[in-house]
Amino acid sequence: MQNQLKTILEEAKEQLKNAVSLTEAEELRVKLLGKKGKMTEILRSMGSLSPEDRKQMGMIANATRAEIEGLLSERMNALKEMQKNARLQAETIDVTEPGVSRKLGTKHPISITIDQVCQVFTSMGFSVVEGPEIETVFYNFDALNAPKNHPSRDMSDTFYITDDVLLRTQTSPVQVRTLMKQKPPIKVIAPGRCFRCDTPDATHSPMFHQIEGLVVGENITMADLKGTLDAFAKQLFGPEAKTKFRPHHFPFTEPSAEMDVSCFKCGGTGCNVCKGSGWIEILGCGMVHPHVLQVGGVDTEKYTGFAFGMGVERVAMLKYGIDDIRLLYENDMRFIEQFR
Amino acid sequence: MLVPVQWLKEYTDIKVSTEEFCDRMIMSGSNLETVEEFGAGIQGVVVGKIVSIEKHPDADKLVITQIDTGKEETTQIVTGAANISVGDYVPVCLHGSHIPGPLHGQPKQPGGVTIKRGKLRGVASDGMLCSCSELGIEDKVVPVKHKDGIWILEGEYTPGTDIVEALNLRDSVVDFEITPNRPDCLSMIGMAREASATFGTPLRYPDICCKACAEEKSSDYISVEIKKPQLCRRYVGRVVKDVKIAQSPWWLQKRLMTAGMRPINNIVDITNYVMLEYGQPMHAFDIRNVKGGKIIVDTAAEGESFVTLDGTQRTLHSDSLLIKDAERGVALAGIMGGLNSEIEDDTTMILVEGANFNGDNVRSTSKKLGLRTEASSRFEKGIDPNLTEQAVERVCRLIELLGAGTVLSGTVDCYPEVYRAQPVYVRASRVNQVLGISLSASEMEGIFRSLEMQTEAAGDVITVTPPTVRQDLLEEVDFVEEIARMYGYDRLPVTLPAGNTQAAKTQKQLLRDMAKGELLGLGFNEIQTYSFVSPKGLDAIRMKEDAEGRKLIRLLNPLGEDTSVMRTTLLPNMLEVLARNYTRNNAKVSAFELGNTFINNHSGDGPLPEERDALCIACYGEGESFYTLKGAVCQLLAGLGVKEVCFFPEAEERAYHPGRCAKLLRQGEEIGVLGEIHPDVAEKYGIGTRVYCCQLNFDALYAAADHTKSYRPLPKYPAVARDIALTVKEEVLVASLEDVIRKNGKDILESVALFDVYRGKPIKAGEKSVAFNLTYRAADRTLTDEEVSTVHGGVINALAQQCGAVLREM
Repeated sequence: MQNQLKTILEEAKEQLKNAVSLTEAEELRVKLLGKKGKMTEILRSMGSLSPEDRKQMGMIANATRAEIEGLLSERMNALKEMQKNARLQAETIDVTEPGVSRKLGTKHPISITIDQVCQVFTSMGFSVVEGPEIETVFYNFDALNAPKNHPSRDMSDTFYITDDVLLRTQTSPVQVRTLMKQKPPIKVIAPGRCFRCDTPDATHSPMFHQIEGLVVGENITMADLKGTLDAFAKQLFGPEAKTKFRPHHFPFTEPSAEMDVSCFKCGGTGCNVCKGSGWIEILGCGMVHPHVLQVGGVDTEKYTGFAFGMGVERVAMLKYGIDDIRLLYENDMRFIEQFR
Repeated sequence: MLVPVQWLKEYTDIKVSTEEFCDRMIMSGSNLETVEEFGAGIQGVVVGKIVSIEKHPDADKLVITQIDTGKEETTQIVTGAANISVGDYVPVCLHGSHIPGPLHGQPKQPGGVTIKRGKLRGVASDGMLCSCSELGIEDKVVPVKHKDGIWILEGEYTPGTDIVEALNLRDSVVDFEITPNRPDCLSMIGMAREASATFGTPLRYPDICCKACAEEKSSDYISVEIKKPQLCRRYVGRVVKDVKIAQSPWWLQKRLMTAGMRPINNIVDITNYVMLEYGQPMHAFDIRNVKGGKIIVDTAAEGESFVTLDGTQRTLHSDSLLIKDAERGVALAGIMGGLNSEIEDDTTMILVEGANFNGDNVRSTSKKLGLRTEASSRFEKGIDPNLTEQAVERVCRLIELLGAGTVLSGTVDCYPEVYRAQPVYVRASRVNQVLGISLSASEMEGIFRSLEMQTEAAGDVITVTPPTVRQDLLEEVDFVEEIARMYGYDRLPVTLPAGNTQAAKTQKQLLRDMAKGELLGLGFNEIQTYSFVSPKGLDAIRMKEDAEGRKLIRLLNPLGEDTSVMRTTLLPNMLEVLARNYTRNNAKVSAFELGNTFINNHSGDGPLPEERDALCIACYGEGESFYTLKGAVCQLLAGLGVKEVCFFPEAEERAYHPGRCAKLLRQGEEIGVLGEIHPDVAEKYGIGTRVYCCQLNFDALYAAADHTKSYRPLPKYPAVARDIALTVKEEVLVASLEDVIRKNGKDILESVALFDVYRGKPIKAGEKSVAFNLTYRAADRTLTDEEVSTVHGGVINALAQQCGAVLREM
């Protein structure tokens, strides 16, 4: 019987080695340990042995059974592992195939630009204000110190609704509205649509956007204007950006300036974006003219201020390299989706 | 304003390179457009003297010339020019020379042309004789005499001299951009004044001291009367006799050409020269044609006819200022002379006019007549009346210097009210306060004086009297600017404003940002379209004639019908954009626009109409349906905190499919409309697919938005799910079934969700099967089957009674 057990164990070892699937291993388990299995048969046949022999043989038989069970489970675990590995192998996918994306919308490049500029200024303590697109001659011209016979007032330049009502040609009337509404200190920016009688072509649009800025307070100086706009340029175009202020003329500021920013494409060495000059004109600015402050009821002895205004389309076109302003208003989805 | 640098040097020294000159002029306030090199691109062209001209044996139109070009042997050149004679000095392009071109009868070549020797009809030609334009001189400034043919040089030259040297052709011409506040800079002296202050070099004025003939006075020949002193502040005249009309000397012609003017004859050239020099438009009359020796400055009679120098007959108005003689008009004041008193080749005696006309009047007349001239545009901008006298003197002095006539003594000068500059008090402390600097009063005086201002300082206060040409300097702030630009913007410190302000966006701005964010997240692209539209768009969307949106705000001067009215709805623009995308084969589009619409009422700000925020959302393409858009809109409303919005079937919105359109109501108020665009409308726009659109009144959303959120404890007890399928008549709305279910669910119905709508066998025609998933739950206990069954049974009964719903076997 002992030999029998030995043989069973040896055979089991051999057969387990040859079992290459879980099914085979399971069959083997049934054959050895099942109700009709060899081990079961031997254990059953032990009833015919003497109590002494039975005890001894029982110990050996149980040990053999335990060993077979151990070998079986070891083999089955190994087979499971193999099977899992085979499955993982079979499940390999091509990770370079494109992802299945949820479609997200894209903001219009004009809005993106306005948002970026507004964000820079709100971080510097500016509030965002608005004014109507249909304006009065008073707010758009008179209150802004525009000479009575200034050519920009002509019907060839400005869209009129009546003699006194027009489509604003600039966001500057918001300056006056703000001055009339708020007491200094004032720090606001005003993005919005403007209109001028320009026939559409690659660089002109009868409707466009501006962002106006106004700061009024005690001891506001032209040095503050330079500092604020220089900080803005560095935030919008990067810390390397340099600014240059050139004298200019606007009726509603004095002294007035135009601000150039070092070309963000070539860094100032000269390229096609800056037309070789290394500088790009970005905005007009100046110290608010006392006449404008007076219209707003501001004490010009106590308070001074500065204002600035920039064309959003211009900034967007420069930033994104858009060569035709009309693309912005065609709203071709293939165009808009480029700005995600 | 074209400023030739060589000419400018006449009035002040410029010792720096053109590049540095430009850079520093920009920084002191004279912005510039371009710098052109006059006479650039000419190499190897010499002055030649024509020795002989012979006929070409084989060509009628060609001649063979022998030219002295300073070499031992003459140069043989074959030419087709007809205007040359023996003894003429001409520009000769020798073999290998380079000129800018364009060559006669050919288009301009970028980079110019190199001239090589060759044969013309068998005869060797060692180069080319050339014209002004072949040397790169613009047609519009080529002297009248040299317009056609070879350029015959005036004066004597050494043959073989380089043409650029001989004619002193090279000059840098700076095109300054003159802002409207600085008309004084529309002159060489004005720019020289700026340069002088910028570089600290003294300013030199031109010679205006006429020798004059003592025997005869101008007043012997002419008298002046100003009848409209408000339109003519000053009129100065001086008479010149023994005038000899001729070509101007080359130096004068060249200066005019570099400054962009065409030389004509000595008298006209001198008046133009002085206009450029002083900025004062000048005129010269042939005194033969000034009847009665009288100049009367008066307005024309309404409808009066007058022929200007250009030969055009013009009909004047009662406010057109006219220079008249004893009988008739002789010049249109400040705009153009009359044909009847023009300088002619045989003119021998002239009246030189320098006058100051009212800018507004000149502008209005010039506009009415559609006649804008160099003179009128200068008068429009405003000119110092004190310039008239100097300018007349200068014209006369130049006539003397050129030997073109004898100047009579004295002027006739009618100057009713002498213009004197007003002194202005400027506080040094104020200048420093505005600019953020700390200059002393005397440093500021130095700057003012460099600009020819008179100053007197007493403590902080500087009394500044500007020169009368500076009509832009009227109050303290104007002088702050003078200090700023001359001190240098680049030298001002860089600081940040002191004091804190709180940045804020308004609730409405935040809601707009939020709406955009939600829609972007839902996959809609943002579009931006014009605020002005075509009124035809309203017909295209079939808007009712009596709708509020038909009350349009019209532009008085639109660019065209397409942009002639302010939009009252965003829908036509949206459909146009969708159509454009559809035509361009963009198969699937989801887009929105958030923008202003304009309502023709005056409830807004005073005379201004109301501007209403509107939101338009649309989509087309595979997979899109009424329900996908509705789903997106519901998500948006939820995101904005707009609750309790109901959708009601709407068949009257004419832009939409009558069976696929809903009104959005909130607490009885209409906040928008959503539906499939009517096929007729889609067809009108050329969109060949179903389009879904939603228009929302953004102001109403703003009013309804409620962002309060409160926590509800998560359920502790299990839910019981019951599904029901009902057969109902087709016209029974899902919303009303849901409504009945909710009302009868007692307090244990947690949610109801539609999961199927089925039509077809075995359901009878005209009916549909609607299936819901009902979830029951109590917050404080596990529901018993019995409890649920009772409530559920009640729901089914109510559905049967109120909606005629029949329960289907599941």
